[in-house]
Amino acid sequence: MAMRLSAVDRDAEPTGTRVLLWLSRYGTILALVLLILFNLAFTRNFATWQTLNINLTQVSTIVIVAIGMTLVIGSGGIDLSVGSLMAIAGALAPLIFLNRIVEFPNIYVGVAFAFVIPVMIAGLFGYLNGWLITRFNVQPIVGTLILFIAGRGIAQSFTDSNQVIFTTPEFQFIGLGRVFGIPIQVLIMTVIVVLAAWTIRRTIFGKQLLAIGGNETAARLAGVRVTRIKRQVYTISGICSGIAGIIVIARNSAADSNLVGLGVELDAIAAVAVGGTLLTGGRAYVFGTLLGALIIQLVRFTLLANGVPDAAALVIKAGLIILAVWLQRRAAS
Amino acid sequence: MDGPLPLLRMEGMNKRFSGVPALSGASLDIDPGEVHALVGQNGAGKSTLIKILTGAYRKDAGDITFEGRRIEFASPEAAQRGGISTIYQEINLIPYRSVAENIFLGRPYRRFGFLDWPRMNREATELLRRFDVRIDVHEPLFAFNTAIQQMVAIARAVSFDAKLVIMDEPTSSLADNEVEILYGVIRQLRATGISVIFVSHKLDELYEVCDRVTVMRDGRTIATTSMAEISKLELVAAMLGRDMQSVRREGQTSFHGKSHGVHRDLLSADGLVAGTKVKNASVSVSSGEISGLAGLLGSGRTEVARLIFGVDQPDAGTIVMEGRAVKFAEPIDAINRGIGYCSEDRKVEGIVPEMSVRENLTLAILPRLSQWGIVDEVRQQEIVNKFIERLGIKTSGPDQKIRELSGGNQQKVLLARWLCLDPKVLILDEPTRGIDVGGKAEIQMLIRELAEAGLGVLMISSELEEVIEGSDRVFVLRDGRTVADLQREELSEIVVMTAMAHGEGTADGNAA
Repeated sequence: MAMRLSAVDRDAEPTGTRVLLWLSRYGTILALVLLILFNLAFTRNFATWQTLNINLTQVSTIVIVAIGMTLVIGSGGIDLSVGSLMAIAGALAPLIFLNRIVEFPNIYVGVAFAFVIPVMIAGLFGYLNGWLITRFNVQPIVGTLILFIAGRGIAQSFTDSNQVIFTTPEFQFIGLGRVFGIPIQVLIMTVIVVLAAWTIRRTIFGKQLLAIGGNETAARLAGVRVTRIKRQVYTISGICSGIAGIIVIARNSAADSNLVGLGVELDAIAAVAVGGTLLTGGRAYVFGTLLGALIIQLVRFTLLANGVPDAAALVIKAGLIILAVWLQRRAAS
Repeated sequence: MDGPLPLLRMEGMNKRFSGVPALSGASLDIDPGEVHALVGQNGAGKSTLIKILTGAYRKDAGDITFEGRRIEFASPEAAQRGGISTIYQEINLIPYRSVAENIFLGRPYRRFGFLDWPRMNREATELLRRFDVRIDVHEPLFAFNTAIQQMVAIARAVSFDAKLVIMDEPTSSLADNEVEILYGVIRQLRATGISVIFVSHKLDELYEVCDRVTVMRDGRTIATTSMAEISKLELVAAMLGRDMQSVRREGQTSFHGKSHGVHRDLLSADGLVAGTKVKNASVSVSSGEISGLAGLLGSGRTEVARLIFGVDQPDAGTIVMEGRAVKFAEPIDAINRGIGYCSEDRKVEGIVPEMSVRENLTLAILPRLSQWGIVDEVRQQEIVNKFIERLGIKTSGPDQKIRELSGGNQQKVLLARWLCLDPKVLILDEPTRGIDVGGKAEIQMLIRELAEAGLGVLMISSELEEVIEGSDRVFVLRDGRTVADLQREELSEIVVMTAMAHGEGTADGNAA
């Protein structure tokens, strides 16, 4: 890649600019393809159904959270509370299906409630984020920091800081089950990605959200209900976090409020950034975010599968973010 | 030499910004111990001149002499140490630090290597007492109102042993009684031999407190004279670039105010009051007519437009649309009643730069182009094509980003954003500002066409020709008050300028 660039530099400048533009637009795909090619060549047992499923399963919750994050960032905000909201949803769900709050006539009713209620609560907390930000004009990073800190405390208080362990197949199918060999969580992820991409592309909500991120004053003067849209965006981010939280505890057969969703906000933001969405708002590349998350996941997998420690993977992850931002900058100027 | 040696002399000042001249041979003389007004329209070069003086900008050419020495300050801090302090419109002190800390910020007294708080607090208290301000200097600055904060800024300037204090629209956020206090302080400064450059758009203030005035226009110094020797009308004429002789002749024939017949008012705002900027403003728009809204900078024109459009909320006053009293909590409410608003600042309040022409053009109409929240892209495309053609928007296509368009074409897209809604009333704030001559004429013609097709237009403009030639009726704002309501047949430069200057003549009776 570097060789191609330097070869181009000798040509007329516009060509170099075009390469940069192309890279900033398709660089994420290119990187993913290169990573896959590398693994096909060097990693043993890479081209198997199992490897694919492992990677997709591991990345699905990050993608789900990152999609909510993409919308928030597109509207010019940021949501630090996603990990804590995952913990809240994760702590609440087992209490419901284990009949610790109310006695359900049968397990299926309990499980149904265990899916719906925690996700709704997470959405409600998301709305609270939006309310704080719009009502008091708090910066999003500060507004969501409140629940980032308090949310985990709330989650711990649900379970008295204890880890709740369970074996409930009726509930856990969401994290462990498969349909035609595809993990259910991957299907959920796919649905959310497609839905979000469609929302951004085709709905008024999507267009108005990007208008707010691009120029909030102009959007308001053009009749966009800025307050309402912002609250909705944070609510959606909360719902995504809630879904991710439930999947995580189902996968782990345990709800540990101290660990569920820990640090996921940074993974999500990294996926958004690598995916090419400007952190300043006004754009939202949903599929870019999916690719960004896949790249980060695949880098980690590649390094682990080839005997490089996780610590090094972290540094390389940071390197990727720098590269993505650099490309955006160069293409913009 | 005649008279005392000036404290400050700026001569032949030139400055260009990316090729565009901001100053062309401007000059400014300030005597010791005088209060000197600096006035001019937007873009006249006042702030550029001041920023060069205080070292915020580099001059391209010109000489600056201060206290008999040639100077060129490298930064506002250097200017402050050299004896020139600036009090900005928005006070640039630190709200969460104490008053004393703010006064001695950057050069605290020390004793044995430690900050000498008792001395700083004592001196701060004394300094403020000189201006009759008695407050606890230990308190954080934000605990006090704007006027006191301004006094603190002035005290800070004085503590630097300033010989010259520059005040940039110091009264714009002050209440009436606070303004009186500020005048007192300014007179105090003058009495102690400190000179003041007073930038303001409120004529009464200038006559109240200033000794001399320098008028700037288009980067040049037009006149410097004693306040006693120039009438308000002459001052306005100089700022707007009108020849007083011809204005007077014209004025003798057409200057008279009359009350008017009944209007089929589509929209009327009556007795609007909001904050310190809008005190008693009334305007109205009839269908098929262009109502002009004239006034000097800072007279509250944009603020009135924002109140009508629901961007800001009035403290008092009524807005009537098609015979019914309305209250718009948000712009969308005004839009739904058939009002559009093209704001003055295209970049900040108009375009969404990263979005395409298509998305910018249809931003306001989107909710009407949809079912179940899904955009009807076919209809969207029809509208975009129609308006690109109808307004002659020069673009490589609807997908081009709007920031890549010229100013005139951006403005057309923004006009189209409102026109596609088929509004009843369109408020245009400086519709031709920053647009080249060709584009300007095109947009003016378009506005006229629209009015003839039945649209009611409220047009705000700083350009006298635009208002007078373009309007069927003109409201003149002065210091937040509507002081004249003029019909087409009584419109003339002298009438409008007189209203701007004196706020008399046609004022009472019509503007109620």
